[in-house]
Amino acid sequence: MEHLFEQLQQNFSQIVGYIYPNEIELHWGILIVVYPYITGLVAGAFILASLERVFDVKEVLPTYRLALLTALAFLIVAPLPLLAHLGHPERSFEIMITPHLESAMAMFGFVYLWYLLVVLILEIWFEYRGDMVLWSRSGKGLKKYFYYLLTLGSLDTSEKALWFDQKAVKFITIIGIPSAFILHGYVGFLFGSIKANPWWSSVLMPIVFLFSAIVSGISLMILVYGITALFRSKQIDMVCIDKLASFLFYTLIIDVSLEVLDFIHRVYESVESIHIMEQMISQKLFISLVVVQLLIGTLLPLTFLAFTKLLRFPDELKRLIYFVTAILVQIGIFSTRWNVVIGGQLFSKSLRGLTHYKMELLGIEGLLISIGLLIMPLVILAILIKILPPWQDRTAAVS
Amino acid sequence: MENPLFRLIRFGWGLISLPDQVKRLIFIFVLLLIGWFAIRSRLVPETFGEKGHYRRAALEANAALPVAYVGQSDCVLCHEDVGDLKRKSYHRSVTCEVCHGPGAAHLEDPETNLLFQPKERGLCTLCHGYNSSKPTGFPQIDPMLHNPNDPCMMCHNPHDPKPPHTPAECGACHGEIARTKSVSHHASLACTLCHETQEIHKENPRLAIPGKPQSRAFCGTCHGETADSPKHIPRVELDSHGNGDLCWQCHYPHYPEVF
Amino acid sequence: MEKRQDGIDRRKFIKDLALAGTVIFIMGPEVKGAEIGEGEKSETHLYGMGIQVDKCIGCGRCVYACKEENNVPREPFFFRTWVERYIITVDQEVLVDSPEGGINGFPEAAKEYSILRSFFLPKLCNHCGNAPCVQVCPVGATFTSDEGIVLIDDEYCIGCRYCIQACPYGARFLHPEKKIAEKCTFCYHRLGRGLAPACVEICPTGARIFGELRLRSSPLTRFMRFNEIQVLKPDLNTQPKVFYAHLDGEVR
Repeated sequence: MEHLFEQLQQNFSQIVGYIYPNEIELHWGILIVVYPYITGLVAGAFILASLERVFDVKEVLPTYRLALLTALAFLIVAPLPLLAHLGHPERSFEIMITPHLESAMAMFGFVYLWYLLVVLILEIWFEYRGDMVLWSRSGKGLKKYFYYLLTLGSLDTSEKALWFDQKAVKFITIIGIPSAFILHGYVGFLFGSIKANPWWSSVLMPIVFLFSAIVSGISLMILVYGITALFRSKQIDMVCIDKLASFLFYTLIIDVSLEVLDFIHRVYESVESIHIMEQMISQKLFISLVVVQLLIGTLLPLTFLAFTKLLRFPDELKRLIYFVTAILVQIGIFSTRWNVVIGGQLFSKSLRGLTHYKMELLGIEGLLISIGLLIMPLVILAILIKILPPWQDRTAAVS
Repeated sequence: MENPLFRLIRFGWGLISLPDQVKRLIFIFVLLLIGWFAIRSRLVPETFGEKGHYRRAALEANAALPVAYVGQSDCVLCHEDVGDLKRKSYHRSVTCEVCHGPGAAHLEDPETNLLFQPKERGLCTLCHGYNSSKPTGFPQIDPMLHNPNDPCMMCHNPHDPKPPHTPAECGACHGEIARTKSVSHHASLACTLCHETQEIHKENPRLAIPGKPQSRAFCGTCHGETADSPKHIPRVELDSHGNGDLCWQCHYPHYPEVF
Repeated sequence: MEKRQDGIDRRKFIKDLALAGTVIFIMGPEVKGAEIGEGEKSETHLYGMGIQVDKCIGCGRCVYACKEENNVPREPFFFRTWVERYIITVDQEVLVDSPEGGINGFPEAAKEYSILRSFFLPKLCNHCGNAPCVQVCPVGATFTSDEGIVLIDDEYCIGCRYCIQACPYGARFLHPEKKIAEKCTFCYHRLGRGLAPACVEICPTGARIFGELRLRSSPLTRFMRFNEIQVLKPDLNTQPKVFYAHLDGEVR
C-alpha cells in the first residue's frame, strides 16, 4: 500500500491542468491492454479459419487447423489478465452465478463460454475426431487411452460419420463467425458504451475493434505459419502466404479507413471534449498513437504490402517482407489497444486536465506478468500442436 | 452376462435417432448444465435478489456502520450553558463538532475520551482567513495583518464571536477593500463618503447594510464636466457617457482605472 | 371465527383509510412512487442533497468530516466528497484546483490572475436516478436502495473497477486496502438513526441541504422551490439527486 501511495504522490507532479482528486489513480493498466489484444487475436484467427471452410478459400487450407488451435490457445489465456487485475479474484465466480444482465461486463462469462465450448472446442473436436480415432487405434499405452478419451468414445469412422463431422464443422463455423464478431465486438462495446468517457464512447468502437482483430489475427497466422514451417523445415506454401498477405492488406485498409473516419468525425463534430483530446494526443499519446500505431503499425505495413502487390519480388524477399510486416502489424495493434485503454484514462472527466500512467515492472499488474501472459498462449499452442498435429501437407505438395 | 441396466441404456441410446457424436456431446453438455445449476444454487448468497439484483444483507451492513459525528443536540444535553450562549450567537449554525471533532467516543465515555480544543489560529482562519473566492460579505480577516501573534480566542469567544470592542475603522472587517483602496486614486476618500452607514452596522452588521451610490450624479459631483473639483480629476460628459448605467457597474470605485 | 376476522379487517381497513387520507393531506395528491394505502410502504423515503454554491466558503470541513465519519483513507487520493475552487479570469481562462480535496482549505489564489469571478464548489456522488455505475456492475455489488441511494456491497464487490470508469463525476475510488470500489453513501448509516449526512451536519454555513425529495415540505424541497436548480452534466441523462443552486456554466 505504501508503494501505491508513493507512486500516486509521484503522479502529482505529472498532472497537467485539473483532474478530479480520485482520478489520480489510473485503474485499468497494462493487463487490460493485454486482454482486448488477446481476444482480438482469437477472433481474428478464427475468422481466418472460417474463410477456408465457409467461403471456400482453398489457398489458406494449410493454416486452417493451425488457426483453430491458435485461437484456442489464446482463448484459454484471455480471461487470465482480467482475473489478475481484479481486486478480489476469489469472488470472480459471482459474475457467473449472479450476472447483472444490464452490465456489459457480466456478459463476458456467457460470451466466453459460448465461444470456448460451443464454437471452438466443438469445431476442433469434429475436425479432429476421425484423426483421433486413428491415433487411438495406432497408439500404444497411455497415448491410446488419451486419444480414446478425447474422442468421447465416438469411434465410428464410416464414410457417413466422417461426412457428418465435416457438415458439423461447416455448421459450427457459420455460427462461429457471428460469435467471433460478438466476442470481439463485445470487447469494443465494453469501452464504447461508457458514456462518461468521450474517448471511448463511440458506436464505431466495436466495429473498429472487430476489424483490428481480424488484422491482428491474420498477421499472427502469417507469423505462426512461417515459424512452424521453419521449425519443421518445410517449404512455405507461397500461394497460401500470398493469399494471407492479400487479406491482411485489404482488412488493414478497411481498418485504417474506419479509424480515420472516427478521427475525422470527432474533429469535425468538435464537441466539448475535443480540446482535451487534442492536448492528450500531442502531449501523452504522441509516440504510441502517431508514431507507433499510425506510422509503424499501419502506414509502413500498408506500403510494404502495396509494394509486394505492385512489383515482382523473389519469393525469399516476399517472405521476409511479409514476416516484417506481420510483426509491425502486431506492434501496431498492441499500441492500438494501449491507446484505447490507457488513453481513455489519461484525461480527466472534468475535461480540464491530464493525468499519468506509470507502468509497474513487477507486481501482479506489472509488465512482467503481462509478458508472461503473452508468452503463455504460445506455449499452450506448442502443446496443442503436439497433441493435435494440424499438418495437412498434401495440398502443399500439390502446389 | 451384461448388466440389465447397461442394456436398457444401450437400448434407449439406440432409440434417439441422432448421430452418435451428437448424442455423446449432448450428454456432456447436459452434465455440464446440471453441474452449473447445482453449483449456482449453492453459491448464490442467501439474501440475493430479495429486493433487486443485490444482497439485501448489504443494506443492513451499510446501515449498521458506526456513527462518528453525533450532532449538536446530543452535545447540549450536558453542555447546556455553552449551547445557550452559542444558540444566540453568530456561530449558531456552526455545530460543536466542526471545531471539536467527532463526538461519538466522547459521548460513550466523557471522562477518558476528551475532545479536541483548538487553540491555534489555523482552524479559525480556515473559515475567516481572507480568500478572494469566498462569497462577498462573509467575515474575513487577513491572518498576516490581523494581530498575527495572538490566538483568536484572546479577543473572540468562539461560542459567541463578537469583536471585543466596536471597530472604529471600516478596514477592521473589510480589510481587503481597505487595502485595495489605500493604494488607489480614491485613497483619500472616506468609505462613508459613498456608503451611507448607520452606526448600528458596526455592532450588528446584518441589521443595517450600508448603502451604495444610486445615481450617476453622485459620481458626477467630482467627475462631471462642470464639477467643482480639482483640475487633475478625470471628467466625463455625464449625459452621453456610457449607456445610462450606474458608474460602479463598469468602474471599480475601490480601484478605479488609471488614465 | 370468520366474523371476528372480518371485524378486525374492517377496523384495520378504516384505520388504513384514515392513515392514507392523512398521508395524502400531508404530501399532496401528486406524490408518485410512494404507494399510498399500503400502510408502511408509503413511508419510503427518497433522499437528495441541495448545494447552495454561494454559501460555500471552501473551509473543507465537510471533506474532513466525511473522512472521519466514513473511515475514508486519509491519503489525499481518496475522497467521497471534495471541494473545488473555480477562478475565471478576465481573459475568460478557467482555473480549477482542489488541493488535497480542499481538506485543509485553500491558499489565496496567486496574485497574477485578474479575477473576474471565483467560487468554491463541493462535489460528491450524485446518487443518480439512472446511475451508470449500477448499470455496469457485473455482479450486483453496487445498487440503488429504495431510498434512491446508490450503495456498495463490500462483501460482494470483485474490484473490477468498471463502475469507476463509468462514473462521469469521478466520485468513486478503489479502497487501497479493501480493494473494493468506494464512494459516498449519503451516510446511509446515519439516516436510519435520524441524523443528516456528516458533511451536511458539519457545514458551518449551511451550504449543504439534505432532505426528502417527495415531501412538499422538507428543507430540500423548500431550497429547490426558491432557487434556480441545476445538476452536473445533465446531457448524460444520469438524473442526479444532488442539486446545485446558482451553478456556474464553467463547472464540469
